[in-house]
Amino acid sequence: MNYSKEVLKHFSKPHNYGKIENYDGLGRVGNMTCGDEMFVYIKVKDNIIKDIKFETFGCVAAIATSSVLTDLAKKKTIEDALKITRQDVIDALGELPPIKIHCSVLAIDALTQAVYDYYIKNNLPISKELEDRHNQIIKRESCHS
Amino acid sequence: MKKYIYFDYAATTPVDERVIRSMTPFLNEKFGNPSSMHFFGSDAKKALEKSRVIIAKSINANPDEIIFTSSATESNNMALKGIAFNKKKGHILVSSIEHDCVLNAAKWLSKNGFEVDFLPVDKNGIVSPKEVEKRIKKNTILVSVMHVNNEIGTIQPIEAIGKICKKNNIYFHSDAAQSFGKIPVDISNVDLLTISSQKIYGPKGAAALFIKNGVKIEPLLHGGGQEKGLRSSTENVPAIVGFAKAAEIAISTMEKEKERLTKLRDKIIETLTKEIPNCYLNGHPVKRIYNNVNVRFSFVEGEAILFMLNSYGIAVSTASACSSPKLEPSHVLSAMGLKQEEAHGSIRISLGRWTKESEVNYLLKVLPEVVKKLREISPYK
Repeated sequence: MNYSKEVLKHFSKPHNYGKIENYDGLGRVGNMTCGDEMFVYIKVKDNIIKDIKFETFGCVAAIATSSVLTDLAKKKTIEDALKITRQDVIDALGELPPIKIHCSVLAIDALTQAVYDYYIKNNLPISKELEDRHNQIIKRESCHS
Repeated sequence: MKKYIYFDYAATTPVDERVIRSMTPFLNEKFGNPSSMHFFGSDAKKALEKSRVIIAKSINANPDEIIFTSSATESNNMALKGIAFNKKKGHILVSSIEHDCVLNAAKWLSKNGFEVDFLPVDKNGIVSPKEVEKRIKKNTILVSVMHVNNEIGTIQPIEAIGKICKKNNIYFHSDAAQSFGKIPVDISNVDLLTISSQKIYGPKGAAALFIKNGVKIEPLLHGGGQEKGLRSSTENVPAIVGFAKAAEIAISTMEKEKERLTKLRDKIIETLTKEIPNCYLNGHPVKRIYNNVNVRFSFVEGEAILFMLNSYGIAVSTASACSSPKLEPSHVLSAMGLKQEEAHGSIRISLGRWTKESEVNYLLKVLPEVVKKLREISPYK
């Protein structure tokens, strides 16, 4: 597997890994059977992601995409964080091997789910777009889809 | 300077200096084509036939039972397809933990008019002779079971399986790429046997298929009629000479290597399974080649372990799904009944001629740290 320097940098020294004990939102995606599972924890204040951490079981790409996603989302408003795309994650890492693209999707999904969880817990209105994304994520059952 | 330590001898081996020296004359001054009648040709021909005698002797075969090929993949394809094409139809049994070259050749044959069945293995990765007996049919033409598995190192009961085949008048082929030169290979109950150079400190591009006298087989390559008409191509003399030299060295040092590497292997297995929580050995604890360690760690993924070890200068291998081009888990670990989440965290550590105890100690210091680090990142600990 040929990984970019940036992927290997994030993998060997991942940023923001671990738990946030008193998190405001938690997104859990993937599963152990598929080979990658991500937890993303967020702490929100004044509509801004004040803190974000991840825990990932998975390959080099899964860990690197989790790490870079937390960098991209930190200190952003929730609306801006939700605008982070798969391509933003890939660009921040230089590149990803084609068969590892699903890892970047998983990272975005984990963040989306964390935001959704925060909205639900705080009885905040959920936009149709977020509701749709949430439904799509939970529908994805097969590995690496 | 950063140290680089190789723990992937089951994938391929560096070429022994003595082997390189034996090959060099056949790359320059003795470059001839063994089929040429002049002295350039006869020098090459002599070397070729001398190599054949050495390889034959190393498995107690007759020289005319040795066909040189370019790789174990080619030898295995030749065995399966060569027998199939000769018999024209029939049933073939192969184990479910064969190397891809046997499995995919068998699958190809199943799409081209042959019946193919796959033999199961037990939880330790061993094929039971009883299963062979149970699955043999009236029209079975060939059984193929490897001698030593490349991933988990299990030693298969090929003598007992061979006897069953003999009793039933069925050809028996065994892929001995991982055992030849490491443990004695008994051909008395085998009709066809694959051996390879690049696993025993010889060059890549040389291998052989032992075909017992009387076994009828069709060639895959047609041409100038080299190798008794069974494998046309100008023989790769330098590589074959190197292969023979490598075999000679391997056979003569086999006992000492076995003793030395068994100790190192057991030290690795004991230390890892004792010191790292949720670390388990894959494959049989005893019926196992002495240079193979295959272990799994819960809650972490194999490719991640491999890359982190890489950053410490340590090279191992993994058959984890995430490392495979199709993101599929290892067929060997799956056949043993390992769950996917268990297979994901497996790595193979394979030892060889230049593995030092100090290197093993370094691995045993680094690997627990790597697993600990990855578990800190993992949601499961």
